[in-house]
Formats: sequence, C-alpha cells, structure tokens
Amino acid sequence: MLGILASIIDGVLVGLVYGLAAMGLTLIWGVMDVINLTHGAMIVAGMFGLYLLASALGLSPYFALPPVLVGGFFVGVALYWVAIHRMVGRPPLMSLLSTFAVNLVLIGLGTAVWGTALFNVEVSLPGLSLGRYTFPGAHILAAGLAAVIAATLYFFLHKTRTGKALRAVANNREAAELVGIPTTRLLAIAVGCGVALAGGAGALIGTLFPFTVLSGDGYQLKSFIVTVLGGFGNPVGALMGGVALGLLEGAVTPFVPVSWTLVIEFALFVLVLVAFPGGIFASRRGAL
Amino acid sequence: MKRLCLLAAAAALIAAPAFAEDTVTIGFTDSQTGPLNVDSLGQQRGYEFWRDQVNAGGGIKAGGKSYTVKFVSYDDQSVGGRVQQLYTRLVNQDKADFLFSPYSSGLTAPAAVISEQYGRMMIVSGGAEEKPFQLGNKYLFMVITSATHYLSGAVAALKEKNPNAKIAFVYSDDPFSKTVMTATRQQAEAAGLTVVMDESYAPSTTDFGPIVNKIISSNADAFMGGGHYSDGATLARQMYDQKANMKWVSILVAPADDKFGELGPAAMGVTVPSQWEVQVSYKPQFGPTTPEFAKAFQEKFSAKADYHAASGYTSGAILQHAIEQADSIDPEKVAVALNATDVTTFFGHIKFATDPAHHGLQVAHEMVLAQWQKVDGKPGRQVVWPTAAQSAPLIYPISASQ
Amino acid sequence: MVRRPFFWIIALVVAVFALVPAIGNDVELRESLALAAVYITLASNLNLMLGYAGYINFGSIVFFGLGGYICIWLVDANGWSLALSLLGAGIGVSALSLVFGFGILRLRGPFFALSTIGIVEGVQAFAENFGPWGGSSGIYISPQVFLPLGGAARALWLIYFMLVAAMAASLYLSYAIKVSKFGLGLIAIGQNEDAAAILGVPTSRYKALAYSASAFLPAITGGLYFFKGAFIQPSDAFDLTLSTEAIVICMLGGQGTVTGVALGAYLYEELRGYLLTTATFSNFQLVIAGALLLIIVLFFPSGLMGWIYSRFPRMKRVLE
Repeated sequence: MLGILASIIDGVLVGLVYGLAAMGLTLIWGVMDVINLTHGAMIVAGMFGLYLLASALGLSPYFALPPVLVGGFFVGVALYWVAIHRMVGRPPLMSLLSTFAVNLVLIGLGTAVWGTALFNVEVSLPGLSLGRYTFPGAHILAAGLAAVIAATLYFFLHKTRTGKALRAVANNREAAELVGIPTTRLLAIAVGCGVALAGGAGALIGTLFPFTVLSGDGYQLKSFIVTVLGGFGNPVGALMGGVALGLLEGAVTPFVPVSWTLVIEFALFVLVLVAFPGGIFASRRGAL
Repeated sequence: MKRLCLLAAAAALIAAPAFAEDTVTIGFTDSQTGPLNVDSLGQQRGYEFWRDQVNAGGGIKAGGKSYTVKFVSYDDQSVGGRVQQLYTRLVNQDKADFLFSPYSSGLTAPAAVISEQYGRMMIVSGGAEEKPFQLGNKYLFMVITSATHYLSGAVAALKEKNPNAKIAFVYSDDPFSKTVMTATRQQAEAAGLTVVMDESYAPSTTDFGPIVNKIISSNADAFMGGGHYSDGATLARQMYDQKANMKWVSILVAPADDKFGELGPAAMGVTVPSQWEVQVSYKPQFGPTTPEFAKAFQEKFSAKADYHAASGYTSGAILQHAIEQADSIDPEKVAVALNATDVTTFFGHIKFATDPAHHGLQVAHEMVLAQWQKVDGKPGRQVVWPTAAQSAPLIYPISASQ
Repeated sequence: MVRRPFFWIIALVVAVFALVPAIGNDVELRESLALAAVYITLASNLNLMLGYAGYINFGSIVFFGLGGYICIWLVDANGWSLALSLLGAGIGVSALSLVFGFGILRLRGPFFALSTIGIVEGVQAFAENFGPWGGSSGIYISPQVFLPLGGAARALWLIYFMLVAAMAASLYLSYAIKVSKFGLGLIAIGQNEDAAAILGVPTSRYKALAYSASAFLPAITGGLYFFKGAFIQPSDAFDLTLSTEAIVICMLGGQGTVTGVALGAYLYEELRGYLLTTATFSNFQLVIAGALLLIIVLFFPSGLMGWIYSRFPRMKRVLE
C-alpha cells in the first residue's frame, strides 16, 4: 500500500516537470494556432544546455537554469522568424510541417555533433524517506522549481502589460492590431516564452534522468498527451494535465507490467482526443 | 608484438618481388549513429585493428598468394531495415567475399537473412541471440558465447554466496535481453533460488523510478537484468538514488563499458557478464596474448580494449585462420575449415556447432563475471568468476564495496 | 481514362521498372528499384489523404507495418501461401483502418495529424507486448518458406515483380481517383471542408473511404517487404522515419499530383541512397530531408510539379 502511495507521489513530482514542458507547447498553440513540432528538440536543447554549463563551467546544475531559460527565449524568437512568421494565418498544417522540418534539421545536427551517447548530470541531494521508499531530493527540487516557473508565467500573463497584450493577441489578433498592439513582436515573444519553458523543463529533466539527443521525442509525446489532457491553449490546464499524467503513471505501474504503460498512455491520448477534440479542460478559443 | 614485427619484416622481404594485388573483401555495417553507436564502436575498432595487423604482416596467406584484407562498411544507423539494404549492397555491388555482423542481435538477425540468401559466410560477434541459428543456416558462425549462457556464471556465484537469495528480474524488452533472462530464470530456479519479480520494460524507457519502487516492494535482495548501455546505466543510478539496498546487482552490457565508472558510488559492486576482460589469461595457439592485445590496442586507439573490441578482432582472426587452413578463399572450402575449427585464442576457446539445427552456435567459449570495485582508490573492473580466472575476490554484499 | 496520354505514361514507367533489371539480370539495380517502388507506393497512397483531402497522416507507416505483421504471421504461424497472406494483410489492414478512421477522422487538421502519431506509437507498443507476434523479438521465418516459390533467388525476383505491380496499382489508383467524382469530392474537402459538406459532398464517408483505400496497397507492400527480409520486428515495422520521408516526398514532388509524387519518390530515394553510403553524409540524411522540407514548405508549397506547371502550363493537361 505504501508502495503505491510512494509511486503516486513520485509520479506527481515528475508530472509537474512534464506539465511545465507542456505549458510551453500550449502557450504557442493558444497564442497563434501553431503546434510546435520542434518542442522535443527544444527540450533536448535544454538538457544539453544544462550539461554544457554544468560540466564545462562547473556550475551547480541549478544555477544553469536561468541561462537556459534566457537562451531558450532567444532561440524561440529565432525559431519564430525562421519557420513560423510566414505561416501565421496559413492553414495550421503548414506550420506543422515547417516546425517539423526544423525539428528534423536540429535533431540531425545534434546527432552529428554528439552522436547518440548517453549524457548524465550528477546531482546528489538528500532525499526524503517514507518507510522503505525514498523520494530523491532531485525530484522534489525539480518539482518545486517547475511550480515556481509556472507561477512566474502566470504572473507575467496576468499582471504585466506585455502579458496582457499577449492574451489580447491570443484572443483576437486582428482586434489587437486595430488597437495598436504590435502583434508580430508579441508573437515572437510568445514563441520565445514557449521555447524557454521547453528548454527549462528539459534542463530540469536533465537533473533527473540521463538523456541522449534522441530523448526529445519521448518527452514531446508526453507533452502532447498532457496538452490533450489539459486543453490546448490553457497553461494552467497543462500543469494540471502534467500532474494527471504523472499520477496515472505512478498509479498504473505497481499493477501493470511496466511495458504496458506506454500502450495505455497512447490509447488514452487517442481516446481523449476523439472524445474531447480540444482537450479535457479546453479553454474557449484563444482565452489564455 | 615483437613476433609480429619480425614476421612483418620477413614477409615484406619475401613478398616484395611477388607483388600481391590480390584482395579479399569483407563487408559489414556498424552503428555509427543511432542508439547503439556507443556499443558498436568497440566492435568496429576490433575489426579494424585486426585488418591493420594482418595487412602489416603481408595479408592472409592462402593458395600461394597473399591476400590484402579490404573492408567495405556502412553506417546502419542502428536500424534493421537499413541493415538488409546495406548487406544486399555489400554482396551485390561491393562484391564482398565474406561478411562480419553488425552490432546487436536485433541487427544481426536481418543481416543473417541476406547472408543466407546470397550464400556468403558471416562471422558473428555482435549478436548473441540464438534464434537466427536455429532456422537451418549454412553460413553463420558465432564467435561469442550465446545469450542463454550469459548469466549462468552469475547464478552460480550468487548461489554460493546466498542460497536463499530473492531475485528481481527487470530487463529491456529486446530480443537479446529477453533471451538471456528467460534462460537465466530457468537456471536460477533449477539452482533453488527464488525469483520474486520478472518484468520487462520498453527499451526507450528513461524513468525507472516506478520500476525501482516495485523492486523495493517485491522484497528482492538481488537484481539481474538491464539491456544495453543507456538503460543499464540509468537502472544502476536510480537503484542507488532510491536506496533499493540490493545485496547483489548483475546488469547486462552497460557495466562492461568504462563509462559506467562515471556513475561513481552507484557503480560499485555491480557485476556484469563479460565475453572477455583484460585480466583473462588463455594460452593462445596463434595470434597475440591478452596483454599483447590490450597494450597494442591501447597504443593505437588511446582507449582500453573491451570485450566488443576483443570479439571483433577474434572474428577476423578466426576467419583468417580458416582461410589459411583451407589454403584458399573459396567459400565452400573456407566453410569446411570453419566447421572444423577448434582452437584457443586470447579471447578463449572457439568451436562451432555443426548440426543443422544449431549450425554456427558457439559451443566452447565461456563468459566471465566482472565486478566494479575500488582498484587503487578508483573505480575499476575485476574478474571475479569463475574462481580459476579471477583477478580479485567477489565482494558480497555490494555495500561492502562502496 | 485509357485514351488519355497519362495512362500510357504510367504504363511506360511500370514497364521500365519491370523489364530493365530483368533483362540484364541486374540484382543491384533490382534492389534499388525495389526500394524506389516501395517509396512510390507509400507516397502515392499517402497522397490520397495529404494531397487530395488535405489531411496529414504522420503515421501512414502503421499500414505498412501492420500489413507486414499480418502477412508474416499468416505465412509463418498458419502456413498460408504468400498470395493469400498478402490479400489477408491488405483486407485486414483496410478493415482495421476503417475502425481507426471512425474514431479519428472527425478530428480536424492538426488534431488528426497528432492522433495518427498516437496510433503508430500505440500499435508499436502493442506489437512489442503481443506474444503471438513475438513481442519485441519479432518473427523470423525459416528459409524453407521460399521453397514453394522456387528457392531464394527466384523468390526475390518474384517479390520484386509483385512490388512493381503494387506500385503500378497505386499510381493507377491515384490517377483514377483524381479524375473521378470521388476524387473531386476529396479535393473539395481539402479546399474547404465545411463548404464541401454544405454543397452536398458526403464528407465523412469520403474521408473514411480515402483513409481505408490509402491503407490497402501499403499493407500489401509491407507484407512483401518484410517477407523478403524474412524477419519483422516492431522497431523496424513502425519506424516513423518512413512516414516522415513519405510526407517529404509528397511535398517535394507536389502534393495532389500523381507524377509529382512518383518523381519526388524516385529522386528522394536516389538522394537518400547516395547520402546513406557516403561516410560524411550518412549522419546528415535527416538534416537534409528536414532542410529540404523547410525550403519547400516556406517557398515552394506546390513542390516540383507546381514549378513545372507554372513554367510549362501545357504540361497540366498531360501530366496529372
């Protein structure tokens, strides 16, 4: 019994980080109707950012987080100008393809540079023990940081001028332009934030598990599942969806052979998409 | 090494006037990219090291000629479909005379289909699974110990230390690992040990937290499993982080790589079945001894030789021996010579099964069990089993090594 | 349709594929044309959804892989002949796709695309756990299975001709649909689904038909491909790279055109073959595919054929 509880709690901790990653995806979707298929590559970029900063500069892994977030923002802005700007307003399928193409290029380059070797960032923190089960300190800290970043985003969106302008653009881009909001700049900012979140989540994941250049795909898929659970365009929903997914993984693994977890997740993914095409906690279109 | 140099000089003198342009082409793929690229590198280096030595010695001598060994190889990207396209190309376009295997059972099986379809001999050092050998082949030859014997030494060693051990089996859902663990389960139960958990995970799994919790819940005190490098390393680290407190940990493949030592305390005490370690000392009938091989390899690649490299080298050495015995590169004659092989090299005793139902399976070579221990204060591997071959005593429980 | 020149152009291409390697007994050429035929089949069938109806199927590989599994399983476990097993695979996968389609075809645009990825990953995870299909080890067929076909060497030729036949069927199917009322309906859906529905196009039925039709020939091709390899395992059967490449090919050649897709498939396969065997570039295969796709999507969304049509408008009447 304790084992199941431990599993669930651990699942929720990791789920918060998944939720953070999904927030990046859902933000971009909510603001401009673009599904960012470079999401996985950006998560990996965050992981490698963490690795390079931590090992090359000897920084404690957690101090590498701010640079990764800032760097992610600028990468996101660049991504907007390269692949998304021309696609805004065109059928969403085109932006799907363009971001998909960029993803291929990035992963291909990553593989060429780093191969597919496993990279590991050593993080040793005292954990919390519950009977025979231990919650690694890294899991707890990562969950905490994810919550902090998510809260910061919420504050940004609801309490700052830029954030409100962003939400206006998400709501109705043409109307926002008419009232003088510089929409293009804000779209770029939105992508910047989305990628920063993905990178930040990647860095946090890097403190938990080893990773390779190819790890992004798996986490991207989890982000989609979370987004579907939480609703496209709904950042708070994304966080809750992340927790839900973590809870599901934690609750299911004690009972089911571990290899079936993936099947269950994907079945859930498709079923939820079919039953709730906008996601379970779907927001009204464009309301962030 | 000195012997080889003398031989090279003599051969060069003798062969110089008879200007030998004869070549024998060997084809293979390796995984330069894709998830298997770390493990595949050792094997590839082994192949190349053998080729360079043979050619430096004047090539393979057969039928009065000296054949220079030429390699044609491609990157299979760790993908089975590519393997078949590339081996077909190697046979048809590059006119390979002989073939080496790719790395890993999952890639060797598709390659074996091509070698049989076109009738080319393939020396297998990269895939230990037995299934491809049980379908009725004529041209496959495996130089490494097959999967079903991987952990038999570990089971015997564990039984000696703790006949009441409770073992958790957690392993990757891939052909190689499943074959190993299915056979190991039978061996463990036959030895009177209890298996309290037996589960496989998808090879792409990165989060082993839930699985480790399950291991803790099962009350196991011994662990056997893993798969290839990334999952094995992660399992070791997470079992340590979550204080699973195993008294015995045997992980496949991953701990045999020097990188595993970077895990620090999480690596201590972990045992790994190995086809070969630098401390092993068989008396070779031909070719270099273990210390000679290890030293020359280290000089050439600035990296320690692992069992992938040793098995790759041995593929070449055994093929060379067979060609020399057959005194020809004619495939039928070489096949006869290979089937008759019964020799000891630095890698171990090599002999192939010749009955049609198991043709090509390795019947003489044995695994050793290596354990990560503190060697001069730094993490290093010692051979701990069988006792006749050991370089240090087995440490049990593993906490004693940390 | 027989009177239009394009019909004969297709026939010519098929004849070249079938005869040139056979006459010279050129095994190497056969192997590379076999791969080109597979790409052309996959891309042409993908085109039915992507080019005509405007629905991106990221997971078209699932038809190929499932077809492979069903065919191999029928041959190996049940002892069926190759021809029957292929037919079984084709029908089985088409039927299954109707079931999948029923669920996901009501999703629009990007949601549909995402759910197709979910289906592939789910089916792969299923195959890895399904005992009768060998789980993650897959199924090996014994070389004995080539004996009724006259031995391995002859069987390989036979399989090649069947692959060419599947390719021919795909090209003709694409063409026939394009010039039919059904095809017109699909293209209307692709342009504006709601308007099409209002104007009386039976959208759900057409989409389901197209999706199911786009499964049949890839399933048979999958069966042939894996039978030839005598071996199938989940990671090969459901490798998303192949569906990705099919998408790149459709976009490269010109989505919605029959020639474009075939031409794109052939060119792409040659490029890929070159990249794969050149040491420097084998790492960059996907980088180049990605860069190519990006350039096409950004600047040449109508692909190769779009460019040809704009330069030589008369070609529109001849090359579909």
